[in-house]
Amino acid sequence: MSGAAAGRLPEGESPWRRAWLRLRRRPAALAALAVLGAVALLCVLVPLASPFDYATPDWDALYRAPGWPHLLGTDDLGRDLLVRVMWGCRVSLLIGITASLVSVVIGVTWGAAAGYAGGVVDSLMMRFVDILYTVPFIPLVIVLTVLFGRSFLLVFVAIGAVSWLDIARIVRGQTLSLKSREFIAAARALGVPAPTMIVRHLVPNLLGLVLIYATLTIPAVILFEAFLSFLGLGVHAPLASLGTLVSDGASELQSHPYLLVIPSIFLTLIVCCFSYLGDGLRDALDPREQR
Amino acid sequence: MWRFLAQRLLTAVPTLIIIATLAFALLHATPGGPFDSAKRIPPEIERSIEAQYHLDEPLWRQYLRYMGNLARGDLGPSYQYRDTSVNELIRAGLPVDATVGTCALLLALLLGSLFGIVAALRRDTSWDYVPMLFASLGIALPAFVVGPLLILVFAVTLHWLPSGDWRAGSVRYLILPVVALALPYTAYIARMVRGAALEVLASPFIRTARAKGLPLGTVILRHALRPILSPVVSFIGPAFAGVLTGSIIIESVFGLPGIGRYFLTGAINRDYTLVVGITVLYGALIIVCNLLADLCYAWLDPRVRLRS
Amino acid sequence: MSDAPLLAIRDLTVSYPAGAGAGAGAVRVVDGVSLDLAPGEFLGIVGESGSGKTQLLLSLLGLNAPGAELTGSARYRGAELIGAPERALARVRGARIGIIFQDPMTALNPYLTIGAQLTEAVRHHHRIGRREARRRALELLDAVHVPEPRERFAQHPHELSGGMRQRIVIAMTLLCEPDIVLADEPTTALDVTVQAQILALLRDLRERTRAALILVTHDLGVIAEIADRVAVMYAGRIVEQASAERLFAHASHPYTEGLRRSIVDVDGSLPVRLEGIPGNPPDPAALPPGCAFAPRCPYAFERCRIERPPLEEAAPGHTRACFHPGPLGERAP
Repeated sequence: MSGAAAGRLPEGESPWRRAWLRLRRRPAALAALAVLGAVALLCVLVPLASPFDYATPDWDALYRAPGWPHLLGTDDLGRDLLVRVMWGCRVSLLIGITASLVSVVIGVTWGAAAGYAGGVVDSLMMRFVDILYTVPFIPLVIVLTVLFGRSFLLVFVAIGAVSWLDIARIVRGQTLSLKSREFIAAARALGVPAPTMIVRHLVPNLLGLVLIYATLTIPAVILFEAFLSFLGLGVHAPLASLGTLVSDGASELQSHPYLLVIPSIFLTLIVCCFSYLGDGLRDALDPREQR
Repeated sequence: MWRFLAQRLLTAVPTLIIIATLAFALLHATPGGPFDSAKRIPPEIERSIEAQYHLDEPLWRQYLRYMGNLARGDLGPSYQYRDTSVNELIRAGLPVDATVGTCALLLALLLGSLFGIVAALRRDTSWDYVPMLFASLGIALPAFVVGPLLILVFAVTLHWLPSGDWRAGSVRYLILPVVALALPYTAYIARMVRGAALEVLASPFIRTARAKGLPLGTVILRHALRPILSPVVSFIGPAFAGVLTGSIIIESVFGLPGIGRYFLTGAINRDYTLVVGITVLYGALIIVCNLLADLCYAWLDPRVRLRS
Repeated sequence: MSDAPLLAIRDLTVSYPAGAGAGAGAVRVVDGVSLDLAPGEFLGIVGESGSGKTQLLLSLLGLNAPGAELTGSARYRGAELIGAPERALARVRGARIGIIFQDPMTALNPYLTIGAQLTEAVRHHHRIGRREARRRALELLDAVHVPEPRERFAQHPHELSGGMRQRIVIAMTLLCEPDIVLADEPTTALDVTVQAQILALLRDLRERTRAALILVTHDLGVIAEIADRVAVMYAGRIVEQASAERLFAHASHPYTEGLRRSIVDVDGSLPVRLEGIPGNPPDPAALPPGCAFAPRCPYAFERCRIERPPLEEAAPGHTRACFHPGPLGERAP
């Protein structure tokens, strides 16, 4: 039945609307979107509404179990875990989204330029990507973060700068196939300069693809930031990301398991939801999946 | 085949040079050196140490000297661990990582393929849903959550296994780190295998095999297994790179004496040669693994011709 | 021919659940088909794509896609095939009833050598050794005109042409000496010149083995060349059945007539006007209430759109499902 419904759409329906209709039929992706929306809303509102703050220690309330007034308990310095987890979600989401944006910008520019230029330039640019694939990136990011200090900004710029390779490859492939289509040839015949062509014609056509991979990059980045946090290379205390909360909790697993379990639930939830959403978007938007 | 191998190994050389240069440049571009410490060392001693390690020379000479040594397979002396060469540190640490990493990858391949194929065969039943739910969790849960949880259950509560440390050759010390490291890869492979298996099992040649009246086991093992495992093989290269970095976490959770620890402390203490050396080693291992994966792929699929 | 049919199909129905929407009924792709096959007989089943021919063949071996629901009966030498357990079916598949699929490019496993694929079934069913299986396979490859059979043994499917692969598939099917060979459009995916060679090969079957053949095709010309008896399928049902000669001389269903008119004879001996049948075969999910062919039928009248014509004897050994009374060529009242 579903195939027939899509087929009945009138001609000239915008691809975004069609994509939304297709996405709407994927309950897992929609639920993921809803959960992510709820988490985003909560992590903005809760710290504003809560009487507690993420940084100030409360020496009278160390290691409170979840209850009232600390709904999710307190940590080793008596700080409210709910507020800290919500701050962690803020930081992790911010890092995930920013780093993904960085990698999308680099990847799309590189891939579209290579695909558009073609020939020797294309093969040189892609050869460079091939070489970067063999570079052990995570050690390099570790070195980077150690060397340039634990700057909040640097963490996600560094991650974004090393995770653009997949996007570059995919965008190049799509650019190559788009290039052979008539409307590009027509624009070129009219003498539109190359950078304008890339920005005005190629990039909009690649948006769907980029959206998918950006969505799938976000959970990877969040996990990677958690990894750096565990190594002590993440955000500065007293600020916390989900990664720092989880790794702090892991060290007190035996005495106060809720300190590990609660941030882990949020971390897992966010990562899983982004993956489901990305999978759903891929099914709905990827031109290569459409028959 | 031999031409392919030779060509691939030749292209690996510039890649390794680039990696080494990149790491070298990064480390030397930043302020601070390996012998900056809280204690004030008398200038003449500092100078003699620097001379001993050639740190007083211009940077380009240091670079050429380093690359020359590298070409001979000598990764130089460690600055941090005095009187120990980087080669010796690697020789001590690598077997630990290699054992844990190889066991984890093999375990992940075995369990991931098994769960993936079963999920595909029993599609849309609890045999499918439950493993795939765990697979989603396995991908989302970081090793530093899983590791401590494993320790809590199997070491602290049940006292079945040691919580950490390392005895060469003792399986008991191997189990928990291997399981923790294997989990995300098991999950990833299971999802990948399920997708591949659904596609392969619906293909016409499997229908032909079934139409021959072969038992289901034969159909799967002889006809379906190779095409199902093909995408997994091409994943092993990147997976191995992931296992290397993942082992940094595993080493610190379980207190294993591997090279990840050296790398981390080396990076923090600006132990140039140690960090560059391990980075180059990681790069070389990744190249070798990608090459092995390509060879495996060609061996599995007769349609693939090895071409550079 | 002996009295007991080798294969007796009675009221066989294959249906698939319709779409994803809950509450939607099942789609019947094969609808109440009854057929007999005598030992050594060559039966042709003809119909357009989507008429359920392939699903009919697959259901005999229990190879329909997951979700298919089978009802009715198909007895091979008295043993029920429909709903039989997988183990019992596995003993019939390949050994007693072999099948040749439409597309030789995808029917062979690209990962295994020709030799391994050729011999595995006969080794399994006949319990013979590698050497003996190889000997028989080489003999048969020679018989189906595969040049240099020894070299072929070590090759993989992608190294062979389509025609060569189909010969391999035919040899693979014959190697187990089945009683019945099912052939699903065995020539459709091939070049015209190769088609004729493969057809000739199937015709030779009669001399080489005592196997019966069910040949499914959309091409009445192919049927004309080799079949003893022809069943015409439309929208999952058999609409006409007769001996080949009778069907070609006295087609009495408008659909058969349409098919017959659209043949291009390979030898060009018949003066042929390519006429085709107007319209498209119906969507099995949305069949009209009366005769499924009525919307495309030049003879259709009121009753055809309301009532479904039953399959009735029009002459001895000739059945058809049509309300049109007289010889075709005159419009119904």
